[in-house]
Amino acid sequence: MIPAPRFTDSVADLPTHKFGPSSLTWWGIIGFMVIEGAAFGLAFAAYFFLMGHEQGWPPEGRQAPDVLAGTLFTILILLSEIPNTMIKKAAEKRDVPAIRMLMPLLVAIGAVLLVIRGFEFNSLNCRWTDDAYSSIIWALLLLHTTHILTDWVDTIVLWLLMRTNLGWDGRRLVDTDENCLYWRYVWLLWLPIYLMIYWVPRL
Amino acid sequence: MNEPPEVREEDERLAKEREKLARDGPQLKGAKLEARLERTWHRPPGILGWLATVDHKEIGRRYIVTALLFLAAGGFLALLMRLQLARPDSNLISAQRYNELFTMHGSTMMFLFAVPVMEGVAVYIIPLMLGTRSTAFPRLNAFSYYMYLFGGLLLWGAFALNIAPDIGWFAYTPLSGPQFSPGKRADIWAQMITFTEISALAAAVVLVCTILKTRAPGMTLARMPLFAWAMLVVAVMIIFSMPAVALASSMLISDRLVGTQFYNSWEHGDALLWQHLFWFFGHPEVYIIFLPATGFVSVIVETFCRRPVFAYPVVVLALVSTGILAFGLWVHHMFATGLPRVGYSFYTAASMTVAIPTALQIFCWLATMWDGRPRLQVPMLYVIGFIITFVIGGLTGVIIASVPLDLQLHDTYFIVAHFHYVLIGGAVFPLLGILTYWYPKITGRMMSDTLGKIGFWTIFLGFQLTFFPMHLSGLLGMPRRVYTYPAGLGLELPNLLSTIGAFVVASSVVLFVINGLVSLYRGAIAPANPWGATSLEWATSSPPPVYNFAHVPVVESRTPLWDIAGELPVVTGLRVDEKEILLTTVVAATPDLREPVPAASLWPFITSIAVAIFFIASIFSPWAVVFGAIPSAIAIIAWFWPKEMKREPEPVIT
Repeated sequence: MIPAPRFTDSVADLPTHKFGPSSLTWWGIIGFMVIEGAAFGLAFAAYFFLMGHEQGWPPEGRQAPDVLAGTLFTILILLSEIPNTMIKKAAEKRDVPAIRMLMPLLVAIGAVLLVIRGFEFNSLNCRWTDDAYSSIIWALLLLHTTHILTDWVDTIVLWLLMRTNLGWDGRRLVDTDENCLYWRYVWLLWLPIYLMIYWVPRL
Repeated sequence: MNEPPEVREEDERLAKEREKLARDGPQLKGAKLEARLERTWHRPPGILGWLATVDHKEIGRRYIVTALLFLAAGGFLALLMRLQLARPDSNLISAQRYNELFTMHGSTMMFLFAVPVMEGVAVYIIPLMLGTRSTAFPRLNAFSYYMYLFGGLLLWGAFALNIAPDIGWFAYTPLSGPQFSPGKRADIWAQMITFTEISALAAAVVLVCTILKTRAPGMTLARMPLFAWAMLVVAVMIIFSMPAVALASSMLISDRLVGTQFYNSWEHGDALLWQHLFWFFGHPEVYIIFLPATGFVSVIVETFCRRPVFAYPVVVLALVSTGILAFGLWVHHMFATGLPRVGYSFYTAASMTVAIPTALQIFCWLATMWDGRPRLQVPMLYVIGFIITFVIGGLTGVIIASVPLDLQLHDTYFIVAHFHYVLIGGAVFPLLGILTYWYPKITGRMMSDTLGKIGFWTIFLGFQLTFFPMHLSGLLGMPRRVYTYPAGLGLELPNLLSTIGAFVVASSVVLFVINGLVSLYRGAIAPANPWGATSLEWATSSPPPVYNFAHVPVVESRTPLWDIAGELPVVTGLRVDEKEILLTTVVAATPDLREPVPAASLWPFITSIAVAIFFIASIFSPWAVVFGAIPSAIAIIAWFWPKEMKREPEPVIT
């Protein structure tokens, strides 16, 4: 009843890893990026929806957040793209020693970013309980902090893995490449949030 | 070029070992190949192996069985409500309990039955239909099932402890906010949402990646079975819509627990923000439930009319455009909240527009039947029942897309009638048809035809008896979600008929279950392709072996099993002693990569326990977010960390 096989080509010589859209995990990561992007996009929509109800933004009696910590954060996260790109290129060239050398730098930048983020929460000039404006800017900052924290932990784990002998495996290099792709997404998403928290209230 | 000498040596040694690995092909086929594949793909035995499985067929079966149990539970609540409404001024059930019943009924049916059952069927059948041996990310798939299960247990556990939510399945603020719903009932609802959304999103990513990357060679997008198209559209819709309800319910729970003000109008929040976010999810949700069912209908119509579905490109375009339009309709749930005039016009037009692609699909199926030779077996009967019932529901939908009528009928039983026609007629009937259709593939036995036919006629007629009178009670002004109604308004007869009908429907569901259980032991043994169907799931035994296919099939047309002359073309060269699948390119499905399949693992289960503790504890203390995240993170890291630290000649996922 099961039809007999008629043999055609062999796939035995196909590779077991490739960079970019051939990779299955690349599609998985894009899927999760879209999910997060949808969540962020809707949070942005909520921000503008609440803003539309107000006479002023921030509402009367509130002070816009102080820009220093947020701006420092933005500059540093933009600079982090330099080692990030270097790691991505090293992964594509199987330059494991370079990856092992640069990843701790990215981890350290992540740690500094998280410290600055603490100061950012302190410079919002409001508490999340004050009013809807305060709630939404706290929510945006918190959502992005979760984003950055998860990728930071992910980068640490990947760094530890790349230090082992398995770091030479092609699939681990694809992981590294895709982690860099994700980090780009983390900082790209930050840019509109930075504008919404710090500069839209100053317009 | 950068490798140190010892790495280069190891690379060379591994390359030599790679030459010796066993692969399928003319030299290794038949019983010998099957025995080795069985050994490789077989999961560890015992309860731990059961919890660790990553086999899509086992996970799909659990999804389907769990969802059907929730269907029964939700249906039981519906019967209780119908008993209460059988007579006017009834005191059988108190107002408070009635609020809990309709909340539990709606939440169970939407979040614990309708979406999961569609995903469960897809998780089971899609890899077989695409000619592959596993879903993409099978551990994520297992995790998604456990998250769903725990979300369901949370809701029903709360019901058993008498702290069930009582705020309706869409939990409107301010009713669900801290001021009007003290206690934990609303929090339990909100966290149940978090569980089921994570589960649905994980399954959606699994399905998208499976459909785009693991299709059999030659199965271009233009040759993909229509059910796979439907599930691709649905999975993408889940990815775009479910974050809305996850965000909305997180904001609700933070309003309730840590004092944010998103929905509190006294502090410049807005209760309508909830409605926008909820319906931005909630309307696509309807199509997330309905489109898989259209996939079922296409499959059944094709098989039982012995003809490819008429105008395949039109059906595909209709699926895609329904998926897109579904995101432009959410405001029609909010006509009664007061909107700008242009909003009324736009969303009325959009709501009517979505009828066009749906009608196109129906015309394509009718044309297929017209041109084919329909066999009126049980699955086909369900399709005919679907077309009749769904068209009625669709027409009342076009009626209430009109604002003046909607303002009149809003929150009456007319709406209840409309969406049950659409959801039961549009999704449950095709589901029962497709379960009958795929039952032999899943279990290896046929369901009884006679019981199936009796079951169909009872549910079809019972359904009309239940829900048609609701149009009338709605037109007479009977509001939904009110636990009783006074005598003398002409509501007695339609309500009594609805109650009688509900019990007829329930008896047919019992009949379906009896048929399913008895056939498991007494049904006729099913051959590989009992219905003479054309897609690849019928090219393997019933039930399929754990590895699905001994060799990966090659597809040369849109209806492969009808077009091959006795022999199924296959590719060879996949590994035999480790789990491996073939990846193909996204559009043309040319062979691209070989991909290792993860070994069975307990970590997805352990992670889901850690996350469940985290979510449930966070109902009681916001600090659980901090402390609960740590064990969850550790479990996820353990899930991904390789269990064997030596390099292999070819990648394996341990």
